[in-house]
Amino acid sequence: MTAKRIVIVGATSRLAELCARLWVAKQTVDLVLVGRNLSKLEVIAADLRVRSPKSVVSIQVADFTELLAIQSFVDAICHQHGSPDIVLIAHGSLPDQQACQTDLEQVAEGLNINGLSPVLFAEAFANKMQNNSKGAIAIIGSVAGDRGRKSNYVYGAAKGLVTRYAQGMQHRFAGSGVSIVLVKPGPTDTPMTAELKSSGAKLASADEVAGLIVEGIEQGKLLIYAPKKWALIMMIIRHLPRFVFNKMNI
Amino acid sequence: MVTVTSWGRLSLENHSLVALDASKGLVAQIQGAKPGIAFGMGRSYGDICLNPGGIVWSTSGLDRFIAFDAQTGDLTCEAGVLLRDIQRLFIPQGWILPVTPGTQMVTVGGAIANDIHGKNHHRFGSFGDHVQIIELARTDGTFISCGPSIEPQWFAATVGGLGLTGLITQATIRLKPVAGPWLDTETIPYQSLEEFFKLADGSEADWEHTVSWIDCLAGSNGRGIFMRATPSLQTAKLPNRKKALKMALVPPVSLVNKLTLKPFNTLYFELNRKRAGKRLVHYEPFFYPLDNILEWNRMYGPKGFYQYQSVVPREVGQDATAEMLRAIKQSGTGSFLAVLKTFGQRESVGMMSFPMPGVTLALDFPNQDAVTEKLFARLDAIVREARGRIYLAKDARMPRDIFEAGYPLFEEFKAYRDPGISSQMSRRLLGS
Repeated sequence: MTAKRIVIVGATSRLAELCARLWVAKQTVDLVLVGRNLSKLEVIAADLRVRSPKSVVSIQVADFTELLAIQSFVDAICHQHGSPDIVLIAHGSLPDQQACQTDLEQVAEGLNINGLSPVLFAEAFANKMQNNSKGAIAIIGSVAGDRGRKSNYVYGAAKGLVTRYAQGMQHRFAGSGVSIVLVKPGPTDTPMTAELKSSGAKLASADEVAGLIVEGIEQGKLLIYAPKKWALIMMIIRHLPRFVFNKMNI
Repeated sequence: MVTVTSWGRLSLENHSLVALDASKGLVAQIQGAKPGIAFGMGRSYGDICLNPGGIVWSTSGLDRFIAFDAQTGDLTCEAGVLLRDIQRLFIPQGWILPVTPGTQMVTVGGAIANDIHGKNHHRFGSFGDHVQIIELARTDGTFISCGPSIEPQWFAATVGGLGLTGLITQATIRLKPVAGPWLDTETIPYQSLEEFFKLADGSEADWEHTVSWIDCLAGSNGRGIFMRATPSLQTAKLPNRKKALKMALVPPVSLVNKLTLKPFNTLYFELNRKRAGKRLVHYEPFFYPLDNILEWNRMYGPKGFYQYQSVVPREVGQDATAEMLRAIKQSGTGSFLAVLKTFGQRESVGMMSFPMPGVTLALDFPNQDAVTEKLFARLDAIVREARGRIYLAKDARMPRDIFEAGYPLFEEFKAYRDPGISSQMSRRLLGS
């Protein structure tokens, strides 16, 4: 059996790193880690190589916001490693909502890195997988994409774009061998939320969320809320009448 | 600010928590106007990892392996890696941590800073005996690499050094070859301390692990269950792990109390007496019997609990242990979590390490304020007279004179402290 081919875009994100650990613990993999920061990638790759000496772990540096370069970047990876069995698209960064409201440049950046860039990666990989009629693309969205809220609608709108894009792709690939998995983590204990945490917010453990992502992809789920309770919470939030919602400070 | 507690749950105070991120330069994260202390899994029982009103540096993000040498067994990893993760990854590959404590939910940094020991002290000493290199980041911006052969004085200060000599960022540990995850074990009930010591001494040559549960209400006679084990050559696959239970809430009063303790101890003793004999046991239930009940420390109720762990020299070991058991019986307090074991004839590498040749008794006590304090004063007197010491990893209250008598190198140790690091324990026992 050949090693499973996995590509992780945004591989230095905590959730992505923990997913990678779970994958190498299960099987020998041919893993490509894509990230912005070479030294961070090297540290993570070294860790994964200790965890799975037989796996092949390679790294690729990319600028996620250079949208026009994404196609050729994905072409190059697939040329080198073949069409992947699993792609996890995990990059993103939490914009400062307050700052965004007075600085459109930050809005554009936030929408770009959290919305446009992930779906372009998904589209580029999907075309490769379509030729191969197999593979799974998992995109990390967010519960924040389920309804716009004043506290972080730049991030929420970008993740909303991801949600709708993934839905469309799911429709397109329905019944084919390609699956599109949308992951919506609730607030999770990762470096991205360090500030939330130091202010005492309750966060889900990143280990738990990563476990749900890997398990969900394996089971062919289309939508993964992690932890699961967020499915219920967000259903309520989506359906709250506006006069109630507008009174909430969330 | 977030509330932080340690395993004993004796206090729940505000700390500013800094989640260390290795990619951002650790020195910058530990430099500041106020001192801090490293915080791993919070499995030490008292105040060694606490700094109320101040800073704790969480090492949970420093959880990466760096390199493994399959020739020597040398594993290099960051300080926040859990012993659990080392065991689970390496035992199937034929390597095991030579020394492990009674829970695997501790970090490598914590294992070094407390120089933890296990059930095989007579054979393999304490954790520090297997550390090859420690990397320290100091708040003055310097880095120190130390080990048995480089900067040995820094090494001796850092092993068992309460986290006070600098931030332990990574370490190299030499793992030990192992056939598989199984242990050949034998369970033997004993009816007196004399019998215990005979069993302990008689097992040292042929058994790697020895430990015993002791009925803390049995008084100076002492009855208990002696357990010994040695690595098995069986290599059968790992069984599926049972899902861990969880103590879901803090009961309003301690579940361990006068009404429950005696029946529980009797039941436990009788059950194990029936189960006496030889058996093949997986390493997890043998080494880490309580890890399968998450947050078991909640059972002592909202006031938390103390663990009192002392070691006294072997010459007076039997008398001192009998005396302590008598005092505990009279006090009417205690817990079924009570461990008696002998340490081997070897000195620890750390200046402030706990293990020394002798016998160690560890007991939990639900926090009953004055009742507990009074009992501890009696136990302290026995330890003092026996020239013993109390384990810092478990302590939240020992008087300073006992500390100074038990850890005679404390003055020398002070020279290696990082002035930017301070804990509630260091202020309590070392004055700053």
